[in-house]
Amino acid sequence: MTAAATAPTPTTTAARSVDYPAAERAAIDASTRGPVLFFFSNAMLWLALATVLGLIASIQLHSPTFLADIPWLTYGRIWPAYTNVLSFGWASLSGMGVALWLLARLCRVEVKLPGVLITGGVFWQVGLTYGIISILAGKSTGLEWLEIPTGSAALMLVGYGLVALWAIMLFGFRSQSPAYISVWYLIAALLWFPWTFATAHAAHLLPGVSGVVQSLAAAWAAQNFQNVWLTAIALATAYYLIPKVINRPIHSYNLASIGFWTFILFSGLTGATRLSGGPIPAWVVTLSISASILLLIHIVTVSVNLILTMRGNYHMVYHSPTIRFTFFGAVAFMLASVIGLFSSLRSVDKVLHFTQFQNAQMHLVTYAFYSMVIFGAIYYILPRLVGCEWLSSSMISLHFWGAAYGGGMMIAILLFSGISTGLSLADPEASFIQVMEVSNVYQIGRTIAWSMVALGHLIFGLHFLLMLLRIGQPGGEPTLFAPIGVEEKH
Amino acid sequence: MNRTTSLLTGIIGSFALSVYALVIVPQQQLGGLQPQFTDDEGKIVDISPIENDGIVKAGRAVYASEGCIYCHSQQVRDEQNGLDIERGWGVRRTVARDYIFDNPPFLGSSRLGPDLSNVGSAKWRNEPENEDADHKPAKRNAKWHLLHLYNPRVIVSDSNMPSYRYLFTKRKISGQRSIEALDVPVEDGYEIVPKPEAKNLVGYLLTLDKSHPLKEVKSTAPAVAAK
Repeated sequence: MTAAATAPTPTTTAARSVDYPAAERAAIDASTRGPVLFFFSNAMLWLALATVLGLIASIQLHSPTFLADIPWLTYGRIWPAYTNVLSFGWASLSGMGVALWLLARLCRVEVKLPGVLITGGVFWQVGLTYGIISILAGKSTGLEWLEIPTGSAALMLVGYGLVALWAIMLFGFRSQSPAYISVWYLIAALLWFPWTFATAHAAHLLPGVSGVVQSLAAAWAAQNFQNVWLTAIALATAYYLIPKVINRPIHSYNLASIGFWTFILFSGLTGATRLSGGPIPAWVVTLSISASILLLIHIVTVSVNLILTMRGNYHMVYHSPTIRFTFFGAVAFMLASVIGLFSSLRSVDKVLHFTQFQNAQMHLVTYAFYSMVIFGAIYYILPRLVGCEWLSSSMISLHFWGAAYGGGMMIAILLFSGISTGLSLADPEASFIQVMEVSNVYQIGRTIAWSMVALGHLIFGLHFLLMLLRIGQPGGEPTLFAPIGVEEKH
Repeated sequence: MNRTTSLLTGIIGSFALSVYALVIVPQQQLGGLQPQFTDDEGKIVDISPIENDGIVKAGRAVYASEGCIYCHSQQVRDEQNGLDIERGWGVRRTVARDYIFDNPPFLGSSRLGPDLSNVGSAKWRNEPENEDADHKPAKRNAKWHLLHLYNPRVIVSDSNMPSYRYLFTKRKISGQRSIEALDVPVEDGYEIVPKPEAKNLVGYLLTLDKSHPLKEVKSTAPAVAAK
């Protein structure tokens, strides 16, 4: 009761808000066990599927005859299936799990009637499964970034509604006040997503919506999915995990607050950059470019805050799996944001638009930033749900190796191939066909890199399964790469 | 309570601003777009664009179903935004009016293959203008497109486009060889013919031409006569 009894000043709130008796915390963790394990384990299955689909798509780009005679596995269906499984299967479900667990802890409330959350998760996945089957069967909407048919999307939204309602109720019934910065981000994420998803589907469905406005709405929704829903969940997680593991409050609460408000104001306005140079009014693109530039305030505040919080504790990257994954994600966030800003500028965009650069950016946000932070969160949360610690630090290390080096290499290849293709095509004398032949070489590297990622995921999946079977180290002390204190002796 | 109210107001307000600026206002601006009617002394002589019916509609369904959009865009940018026009993919940039009947529009965001906005136009090219004559492919007619769909590497040796052999059938020749049969090696007594999907898709590709003059955009080439 220490935190509740004293009236905390704003700067100490951050540290104290998560500091309440261990027994109460254990009871709250226990109340989240069912739904959070459900979301995590289902997310893992979708991650496995995404890994396989991504590998097929990558191979097809350099070996176009690979599985080409099976209509369900042609590149034009595999690719949208991959991006949708990655986004709505792996990323969204793992995000819901992390958001629930964080909200229960930060709002200091137990989860009641967990069956509602599981029902929501089932609805979401039934809709998604039907949507993915439709895409593979050639029955998508045909609208890029919004491929899942409206019927499936409606089922997903119903399920999402149940999950979000229950999550927001935790906030409503909180016994911890004022709210921690992570809670702000989570509430924003939960409230934004369904409306963007529903609006984009409505724009596709409603008569009288002019052709390109459908594309604009889909681009807007896809950008918001990445820059609001995924980014907010991952930042909330990083703002919780980093201070928690290194045992020190966030450097500046005011900075975090400025960051949040610039984020919520500007990130939702950046979507039209996806159609830069296209047949939409120029002012919409200009607005989105301006918002991307103003978002720099958010990038700087978050980066400065996380870096200053970590200051003096960088050795934790060597010890703690949670910090290694989460901090990798935080660095990827800074990189993704800065690259996103520069590539939104018209002079840069006209060279890089339509190249693999855009694909690289998608993976920077969805994989190198978001997924890495979520991996870190799963390494932190799972032991608290199953009652034992991760079995092997070498397995965690291998997972990191595959995800960080494999994923990093893939993104580097895509960035480089995008820049090189874009610059080659800036010469009107260059033959398009010949430039594309050169870019095939990069695709081979991408398959190698993605195989490393797949290996990492395989090991992570096994390790996760062992945890579900309660095969691990005895609970209490977290599994570390190296015991803390060893580094200092060198 | 105060902070909660401002938090929720901020979240809802920022969402409202976002949807208003990026969806509602563009829809108000573009939602009422009509085809351009050209009249000659009170008689309408030309309408552009026209509705997607018949083979265009059927072909668009195949285009969507096979996911052509993930490698081929259908938007030509102006000279300030890239070299689409110099590359021979169009004579003018495409504008919102070009897409008013497209549900959904196939704008595309990736070009692993060339832009197809005007692939049905005789002027469309994907090779530099000064390329040696022997590198120039034949005229891109229905026969060319069908063969290219069946096996792109027969025409472009290093193409990374998938083959769409499943849009064709191999069948026993009964009587005369079909005039639709492809010129590809096949065992004796058999022929490869396109399924309706392949014919619809090619029919659609051949109609793709977003170069019709529109009053809101200047064309770099002399105006093409209405079809």
